[in-house]
Amino acid sequence: MNNNKDLLKKHLSNKDTSHLSAEVEKILTLNKREKVSEPTIFVGAGTCGLGAGAGKTLLAIKEYCKTNKWNVNIIETGCIGLCTAEPIVDIMLPGKSRVSFENITAEKVTDLLDSVRESKIPTKQVIGQFKSESSEAWKNIPSINDHSFFKKQKRVVLKNCGIIDPQRIEDYIASGGYGSLYKTLTNNKPIDVCKMIELSGLRGRGGGGFPTGRKWSLAQIQEGKEKYIICNADEGDPGAFMDRAVIEGDPHRLLEGMIVGGYAIGANYGYIYIRAEYPLAIERLIKAIKDAKEYGLLGKNILNTNFDFDIKIKKGAGAFVCGEETALIHSIEGKRGMPRPRPPYPSVSGLFNKPTVINNVETFSNVPAIISNGLDWFTAIGTEKSKGTKVFALSGKIAKTGLVEIPMGTTIREILFDIAGGIKNNKKFKAVQIGGPSGGCITEENLNIEIDYEPLIKAGAMMGSGGLVVMDEDTCMVDVAKFFMDFIQRESCGKCIPCREGTKRMLEILNSITSKPSTDDNRQALERFQGVTQLESLAKVIKETSLCGLGQTAPNPVLSTIRWFRHEYEEHIFERECRANICTDLRTFVIDATKCTGCTACTKKCPTMAIVGSKKNPHYIIEEKCIGCGTCATICNFNAISPK
Amino acid sequence: MSIHIKINGKPAEANKGEYLLDTIERQGIKIPTLCHIKGMFPSGACRMCLVELEGSGKLITSCSYPVEDGMSIFTHSPKVVEARKTIVELLLSNHPDDCLYCARNKNCELQNFADDFNIRLRKTKGNKNDYNLDIAGLSLERDPDKCVLCGRCIRICEETIGVTAIDFINRGSKTIVGTAFNKGLNTSSCVNCGQCLMVCPTGAITEKSHINQVIDAINNPELTVVVQYAPAISVSLAEEFNIKAGKDINGVMNAALRKVGFKKVFDTSFSADLTILEEASELVDRIVNKKPLPMFTSCCPAWVKYVEEFNPELLPNISTCKSPQQMMGSVIKNYYAKVEKLEPKKIYSVSIMPCTAKKFEAQREEMLTDGVADVDAVLTTRELGKLIKIFGIDIANLEPESTDSPLGARTTAGKIFGASGGVMEAALRTAHFMITGKELENNKFLELRGFKDIKEAKIKIGDLEVGIAVVNGLGNVKTILKQIAEGRKDLHFIEVMNCPGGCIAGGGQHIGATHESILARLKALYQIDDNETIRVSHQNPQIIELYKNFLEKPNGKVSHKYLHTTYAKRDVLK
Amino acid sequence: MEKIDQILQEFEGAKVDSLIPILQNIQDADGFLSENAIVKVGKTLNIATSKIYGVATFYNQFRFQPNGKYHILVCRGTACHVLGSSTVLKELEKTLKIKAGQTTRDKLFSIEVVACIGACGLAPVININGEFFAKVTVDSLKEIIENFRIKEN
Repeated sequence: MNNNKDLLKKHLSNKDTSHLSAEVEKILTLNKREKVSEPTIFVGAGTCGLGAGAGKTLLAIKEYCKTNKWNVNIIETGCIGLCTAEPIVDIMLPGKSRVSFENITAEKVTDLLDSVRESKIPTKQVIGQFKSESSEAWKNIPSINDHSFFKKQKRVVLKNCGIIDPQRIEDYIASGGYGSLYKTLTNNKPIDVCKMIELSGLRGRGGGGFPTGRKWSLAQIQEGKEKYIICNADEGDPGAFMDRAVIEGDPHRLLEGMIVGGYAIGANYGYIYIRAEYPLAIERLIKAIKDAKEYGLLGKNILNTNFDFDIKIKKGAGAFVCGEETALIHSIEGKRGMPRPRPPYPSVSGLFNKPTVINNVETFSNVPAIISNGLDWFTAIGTEKSKGTKVFALSGKIAKTGLVEIPMGTTIREILFDIAGGIKNNKKFKAVQIGGPSGGCITEENLNIEIDYEPLIKAGAMMGSGGLVVMDEDTCMVDVAKFFMDFIQRESCGKCIPCREGTKRMLEILNSITSKPSTDDNRQALERFQGVTQLESLAKVIKETSLCGLGQTAPNPVLSTIRWFRHEYEEHIFERECRANICTDLRTFVIDATKCTGCTACTKKCPTMAIVGSKKNPHYIIEEKCIGCGTCATICNFNAISPK
Repeated sequence: MSIHIKINGKPAEANKGEYLLDTIERQGIKIPTLCHIKGMFPSGACRMCLVELEGSGKLITSCSYPVEDGMSIFTHSPKVVEARKTIVELLLSNHPDDCLYCARNKNCELQNFADDFNIRLRKTKGNKNDYNLDIAGLSLERDPDKCVLCGRCIRICEETIGVTAIDFINRGSKTIVGTAFNKGLNTSSCVNCGQCLMVCPTGAITEKSHINQVIDAINNPELTVVVQYAPAISVSLAEEFNIKAGKDINGVMNAALRKVGFKKVFDTSFSADLTILEEASELVDRIVNKKPLPMFTSCCPAWVKYVEEFNPELLPNISTCKSPQQMMGSVIKNYYAKVEKLEPKKIYSVSIMPCTAKKFEAQREEMLTDGVADVDAVLTTRELGKLIKIFGIDIANLEPESTDSPLGARTTAGKIFGASGGVMEAALRTAHFMITGKELENNKFLELRGFKDIKEAKIKIGDLEVGIAVVNGLGNVKTILKQIAEGRKDLHFIEVMNCPGGCIAGGGQHIGATHESILARLKALYQIDDNETIRVSHQNPQIIELYKNFLEKPNGKVSHKYLHTTYAKRDVLK
Repeated sequence: MEKIDQILQEFEGAKVDSLIPILQNIQDADGFLSENAIVKVGKTLNIATSKIYGVATFYNQFRFQPNGKYHILVCRGTACHVLGSSTVLKELEKTLKIKAGQTTRDKLFSIEVVACIGACGLAPVININGEFFAKVTVDSLKEIIENFRIKEN
């Protein structure tokens, strides 16, 4: 083992990686696992997989192998990104290519393994096979690259997620990881590295889209030896889990990107600020940092280049606003996570008042590929203003939820319908929310927009960190606006008046639109209408005067939904109707007399005693008393109750 | 180095590194601010100081934005004006409609904004905060409903006073200003100095009012109500009547006090002289008999509470002298009472102070003699102004009167107590005489005057080289205390005043005073010192009488019974 | 009490930037931050208690009262919301007879609503003492709680 480590260490310090010694070749091949000598089973054990039952699947597999005395190498990988297929199990028999199977819950393990051991592939459960030159392909099993979910993706950041063992640095090295580090540290001056990243066109993937190379340059030119580089892994956007998957599935990629970044700006210390709600990711990071240290990739005198760099993990304590740069800095400094005015910008005066660069996980994770594959390769991907790929997290009413990585310039329609399989349950598409609480919605008419920073802003949305929440005809857009405003109100730090007080008033107006007061007359309707006009004027002031990005973008979901779904607002205000039947206060339920058996189950549960009827006779809901909670509909065993 | 910018289309010169706000104000343009404290690092919280950048139309906070060569900004563009108005409307939407009953009615920054921006509509209606009042304290009261979360109080308490009794609690619209665990101010480490009150833009922090008790006492035929006023009052009171700062209205004030109904008008500067006699003797005693040194002054009750909480190991070093307020109170109840053949219980002793901590001090349990409190009620300068207005007294048309004997005469040494360094100067003048038997040739110590955090000097008194230090702004005392803890031995006597500049900038003074006003008050005090003839405490004829008839000698047994006190460690959440 | 002293000893000489990790460690050990703990942290770091309390109350993570034996996190994220997490929460509150932020009288269960857990593909998600439950419905919820009660007996 130790001999392998020394060999790999020497390999990493080799400038010329085109000629490898036979021993190194052997180790790399072994860890690349494009050809295996013993049966290997991969289980997707990221948070998504575990949530779907992968833990039990893993136990079942181990039990099977023990019982059947089958010598198998079992590897836990991260998420490959196809959440609806979890738990995912990949099996690789010696000499044959790796096959990926979907929805393998614990009780399906025995049948699956029985089949595969007899070289029979149960095609119904197959996602696809990983074709490679070193292994023999299975007949009549499609390539995973032809799977509709993966076909249009370009996996740069997610390249290793779900494939390699995230707990083994050897796997990362075998896949080419840390390969260009030595070359960069010895051949390129820090200012050149900054320039290279600038020329690549890489823009901040956290949402701001600021040119990464330029940010690095601004810090690099600052004088002084004490500088910091920080990875923002707070991922506060509800609906976003890209960073989590990257760290759980391929943590070394992030570390390598940070080491290069630290070198480029002249920092010897890096922090990874990661939200405490990601315990598995934190565990993976701790292991990765430990291993990187053992391989001389972190710590003093990295690979004997005289560059010192160390990384510390800081756990977030639950504050969305700490995703904002200056708030994040204050949080690391042990203060309340409240932003401060800029200038001065963090690149000039940041953590502990020293030059600091803060980048998102995905941003850093792009760096190793740019360095290994070169500028031309990276700039060939994407659009004119936005190079490279973007990872999106798909959730909501979409058939295939999960993570996709697509080249910039792909249209939203392609992502939702070609890659993710369209709206689930054959419902009608209504809108897709991009950018979380800072973003807006994209409607049917804008689905052909190409993913790019500026076009999205023009449509009233925002790239954000990459969360895409899909909504169908059963979603109420006013409720969506209210949901996001409620989130913002809880997460606002409270420092500046427009955000703290303004969003509170905006939420109250939204609440008044979606609820029923005890008396409801024309005056109330007028007040509600005035409320909506107020929403727009308040939104304008909040956007222009708030201290930080949270406040400045807080009104976006409201503005976006008013822009594209004004009719829904008007229905709520004047007709007191919620067409999606989501706003409980505005809906009432009705009993279908033909289906009702008079079992009285609903009568007993109704909180306002709005249901009348005698046993065995059809019941009736008194509309004026009905508060629309829906308890009766849930209780009814005969499907007799539905929204009016 | 000069930078050229454009403000509202007109060219203006700026200094490199300064904030836009300073450049703009130098042009005579007023920019509204709420969270800004002059001289402190900008917060950027209130967004009132926003100005518009020409071209991009972006709004930037002028308090925090450094000037850039070539920048062009508009201070009152339509966008800026609408933004400011909306921000004030948002504040008003969460503020009690309580103006008519509020202590800050007619002197409130939020009221001024509402008026300045011509806000006539309750545009944004909604739920308002409903927090509990914190009124258990003896000096300060808080109403969190009126708090606009500007953060000024927190910064003053932390950065200037160094106590940090309060901080922001919770987050977002649930944020409040509070003590540790949001307990009452009276159980916290708060030293009652009232500097938070002085910077509070609204009525969220107010003083505990004693006006009603005083009026009741005056109306009570069984009580003889007497009053004393601090040295700082006569040069500060005029500001409560819109008369310019620094005008000394001592004579008129005496007349007004009598018109209000006080039977006798005494001057705390008298007991300041008394304090000097006692304290100088105590200093000499400590030096000669090798008792704990350095000795610290004890006339600032905020400083005393601070030591009791944070540095109880230094309690032996605090002068055992009561403060001038308390000495006067004790002399009134135990000497003057005898002279006038009055029962001490039937005397109601009121003091007028530029300070809120004095309200706390008066109610300390050590400040009783034979079960009778030295001082029964303390009114701030502001409260005195109110009292005079309540009784319809026309300050402008009064004839000046003098104070009452036997506790009204004062020297200028007693008068300069109101300034930082004043106590020290007065003490040195008398200490020199006590030790050498000779008056100081030059008894003006200019190096001890002014706002510098810590002022030090070495004064030769006979063969002795006395090391002295003067601290103002309680946060600065930490430096000296650290040096002493680390072994510094060359200091004998240290004056500590909580408030920057001394008592003339205390927590009971006129709200809304500028730095210029404070300077004017100081100037007035030192002018008095220059102009009058009796300038050393030991030459005060009424003091000499007092010792002859009652106290016998300074630092003697009688003095210790009535004029000295003890201290005790305080266990509070620090 | 001892656990706190141990943690503070590990952080001896630490400065204010260690405040949040210290509080996190104390909460991991004790389940919440007691007044005593906060005062001790202030003394160790030489920072005013009001400041420590101000920092602790800013962040969602810190609790000032102990949790139940089984602490249930309900995700409030967008995806979970769109897929019905508020119904899940209501049902939970009804079943356990407590509101979010409270603990049951028998100290068995407590509910906390958190911002996104990050398992959006499997919404609605809840987490009980570290164990994830995906695609939760009103019925599956009843079963989950029952299983925990059975475990207790």
